[in-house]
Amino acid sequence: MKFVHDVRADVTADIVYMMCPMHLLKLDEMMKELEKGQVLEILTDYDGSLEDIPQWCKKTGNEFIGMEDSEDFYKFYIRKTA
Amino acid sequence: MEGVNMRKCYFDHVAANPLHPDVFDAMMPYFREEFGNPLSVYDLGQKAKEAIEKARGEVASLVNAKPSTIIFTSSGAEANNFALRGIALARQNHGKHVIVSKVEHHSILNSARFLEKSGFVVTYLPVDTHGLVDLEMLKKSITKETVLISVAHASSEIGSIEPIKEIVKIAKERDVIVHSDAVATAGNIPVDVKDLGVDLLSMAAHQFYGPKGAGALYVKEGLRIVPLIYGGIQEGGRRAGTENVPAIVGMGAAARVAGNEIDSRMKHCSELRDKMITNVLKIPNVYLTGHPENRLPHHASFVVEFIEGEAMLLMLSMKGIYAASGSACSSKALKSSPVLLSLGIPSGLAQGSIVFTLGKDNTEADADYFLDEFPRIISRLREMSPFAKGWGEGNENSEGEKCYTGG
Repeated sequence: MKFVHDVRADVTADIVYMMCPMHLLKLDEMMKELEKGQVLEILTDYDGSLEDIPQWCKKTGNEFIGMEDSEDFYKFYIRKTA
Repeated sequence: MEGVNMRKCYFDHVAANPLHPDVFDAMMPYFREEFGNPLSVYDLGQKAKEAIEKARGEVASLVNAKPSTIIFTSSGAEANNFALRGIALARQNHGKHVIVSKVEHHSILNSARFLEKSGFVVTYLPVDTHGLVDLEMLKKSITKETVLISVAHASSEIGSIEPIKEIVKIAKERDVIVHSDAVATAGNIPVDVKDLGVDLLSMAAHQFYGPKGAGALYVKEGLRIVPLIYGGIQEGGRRAGTENVPAIVGMGAAARVAGNEIDSRMKHCSELRDKMITNVLKIPNVYLTGHPENRLPHHASFVVEFIEGEAMLLMLSMKGIYAASGSACSSKALKSSPVLLSLGIPSGLAQGSIVFTLGKDNTEADADYFLDEFPRIISRLREMSPFAKGWGEGNENSEGEKCYTGG
């Protein structure tokens, strides 16, 4: 896992307390709205995201910038490249 | 039972409203041809999905909210459970203290008790003789641990409208989230989430001529809430379970009609209510419960000394008049209503609770018929009541003369 700090995101999606598959649905929905090159930040406490989000990026050709572990949830950063 | 042509006066609109004909028509297609699952990608599913989103917009407009902030539930009780548990759990790292009023519905009080069993501390705020929460006590009750305050917009049992704006003002100074159970008010009086300033608000469709089994929770944008029901991605993952599409469509249609008719309904009901209150209070030893002015326009509630609410209900129903005695739950358990006791009404007097809630279809003739029958029913019951012994015989010092004067 790539850990990052202070990544500047263009858009944030807060899905803390939402379970599978909301993390992937939200990711899909938000990426459609973003311009190429923009960065999405996803806040989630769903552990499955640790595996699913990097994999989703690989599959869809988007850049997985990394994650930051916050107090009660994770912050994932994805750049739209596809 | 009297003749089949006996007048029927339905005065129990907080129990349920009849379905508005337009609402029924709006719902029908979703029982029949439009039966698709809103999650299905083909057009049958998408039509159901669109119908839900339309209803979300209609319910949102009723309370001046954004459609994305409305989560459909199966009832007002579910919305209340969801709000209390969902916010308490989401905020437990900030603190484990919750404040509710003593005159809340059981769906709030029992959720609060559940939270207590789960390690939270709950303060049950006292109310004055009219059932309004004590704002000074509220200020004193808030601690660094307080994460949520829940006070009903109005009590369906006594009709008093709570000072939610003032409560929100106090809460916001201390960064505490506010939920209001607006089941008794939404669709009956103007409810504006932005004006009230609440973070969460519960509603139920059967309180404004919509179907039973349809409720909603407003959750302010950006507020995190732990789901009550886990499963699929319905309602954005916040409330799983295949949607009750006809009920949701019905709630939307009812909200739209209520929004258009609210002023005329309020005027109509409050005129009948005032007539009923003025005349019922002419009967000796009958007291109004709840606030005399600041109350729901369709709500008239009383305690009648020396007799029991259940007896009145039975005799009234024999005359075709349908009312309630306290909350349905308390009346089934034959307990004095905790709401009435918290107003300081003595337990014996609280047994004589009777609640009349009016609707758009009630008429002046209904009120006249009721006002003709009710005093006779009270007299007959008092003649039979052992508690009324000595009362009315002019003995100033008799036991029966000592009556409640708080209301």
